[in-house]
Amino acid sequence: MMPALRVIAPGLLTTVQDAGRPHAIASGVPPGGAMDRFAHAAGNMLVANDRGAASLECTLRGPHLEAERPCLVAITGADLEPRVNGAEAPLWTAVELHAGDRLTFAGRRSGARAYVAIGGGIVADRWLGSMSTNLMVGRGGMHGRVLAQGDLIMVGEAAGRATAERALPDDMRPTYDDHSLRALAGPHAARLLPESRQSLFSTVFQVSPDSNRMGYRLEGARLEAPGDELLSFGLVAGAVQLPSGGKPILLMADHQTAGGYPVVAVVATASISIAAQLAPGDELRFVETTIERALEMRASQREVLDSLTT
Amino acid sequence: MPPQRSSVRVRIHPLGDTALVAELGSRLDTALNTRAIALAAALQKRRDVRRAMAGHGTVTVQFDPDQVSLDALTAAIRRLATRRPPVEEPGRLHRIPVVYDGPDLEEVARERGLTPSQVVEIHVRPIYRVFLVGFVPGWAYMGPLADALVLPRRATPRTQVPAGSVAIAGQETGIYPLVSPGGWHLIGRTSVRLFLPDSDPPSLFRTGDRVKFFALAE
Repeated sequence: MMPALRVIAPGLLTTVQDAGRPHAIASGVPPGGAMDRFAHAAGNMLVANDRGAASLECTLRGPHLEAERPCLVAITGADLEPRVNGAEAPLWTAVELHAGDRLTFAGRRSGARAYVAIGGGIVADRWLGSMSTNLMVGRGGMHGRVLAQGDLIMVGEAAGRATAERALPDDMRPTYDDHSLRALAGPHAARLLPESRQSLFSTVFQVSPDSNRMGYRLEGARLEAPGDELLSFGLVAGAVQLPSGGKPILLMADHQTAGGYPVVAVVATASISIAAQLAPGDELRFVETTIERALEMRASQREVLDSLTT
Repeated sequence: MPPQRSSVRVRIHPLGDTALVAELGSRLDTALNTRAIALAAALQKRRDVRRAMAGHGTVTVQFDPDQVSLDALTAAIRRLATRRPPVEEPGRLHRIPVVYDGPDLEEVARERGLTPSQVVEIHVRPIYRVFLVGFVPGWAYMGPLADALVLPRRATPRTQVPAGSVAIAGQETGIYPLVSPGGWHLIGRTSVRLFLPDSDPPSLFRTGDRVKFFALAE
């Protein structure tokens, strides 16, 4: 374990995230992990890490980092205008940093969450089997908190086979301009009044300011799904719950593990990565799809990741 | 005697492309909950199941669609659900001191035509069962609550409920372990810590435990 990067400025909300702690749901602990699993995994693979290794999740405004030693990094996901020593750095590409090099982010061109994977993988606090930061309980990652000025980011031994300039081909990179999320009707979709069902799958919703890694509250058409109260059941990321106030909530990585509001839709696994790139104020649409189509999308995302296997 | 096979009708609802909810029943019922827990345990042993989590009368199953189709898993669940669940040991008993001064106590009393002290008397009377640990770290859904206290959840959840809040909704009661969003009616507070981040499992309560509240003077 050795220091790789020093935090000069932490950015708006930068946390350590890996593939999460799925088994902790038995105690009500959110599974956590990177919001955008595709960008997170791709970044790791570009620097020859395991795809579930810990990396940095940078939200909307990225950090300023300085290399403590030579290291290989890959920046994936949102385009927060990454620069190395002031010069534009390529996205979805392994980039060699020399000791003293500065990695900065200049703005937000597209998406909301950029990932910085570092060769060797970040080594940080492990809690319930994962280094993912859970801000609600203050555990995992960088001592359970967002990065702060002066933090040292430690990494493990890098795999020898990693090389700079490995890149994900342009045509395989996701674009974050289309905010249409493919979604399946949820277990309680039949409760929706006909006009509500139509609104759910045809109108535009806006991500409210009161949104975070737990979930997005959505503003837009008020939806109605009357019926008896439900007993709570286990939930998954991508579920769209409908409290009786009629404003849907899209559950994300740090979602509650169980709940009793009707689930009227569930975003397809492949589209959760797109949802992860939305910020408060952004608009989105749910486009109804089938399980078959959703699984095809999931398979093609996986093929892209498999193509990066070293 | 022939082996007893209960006729359980299981309803399977897809939950996205890699999960489903198997619904054994929709009542708050200890026998149903015991079945759900047994079904979840049986499913968790399958290689094509990533996680199986029992709800009150449901099991939410996250599966690997590369190893099993929704149809094949549905058939397997129907088969497993006919098994008799093992006889359950009585869960551990927790006694929880509560100061009944919650912000919704008066409103709950008014809605149900009771006085606040009657609400307290009714709330402390039963020994509740922990049906499910979930929602936020350490939260336990407990019940059944006396009919006299049953109310729907609040129309709009609060965005911040203080840690230690003792709450009711529907046929259940619970304690908010952490500051979190929540839609239940807050009737009191306790200083007992339910979320134990440095323990494994990190929750004081486990499914099947029993809980008895008692009222503390301020």
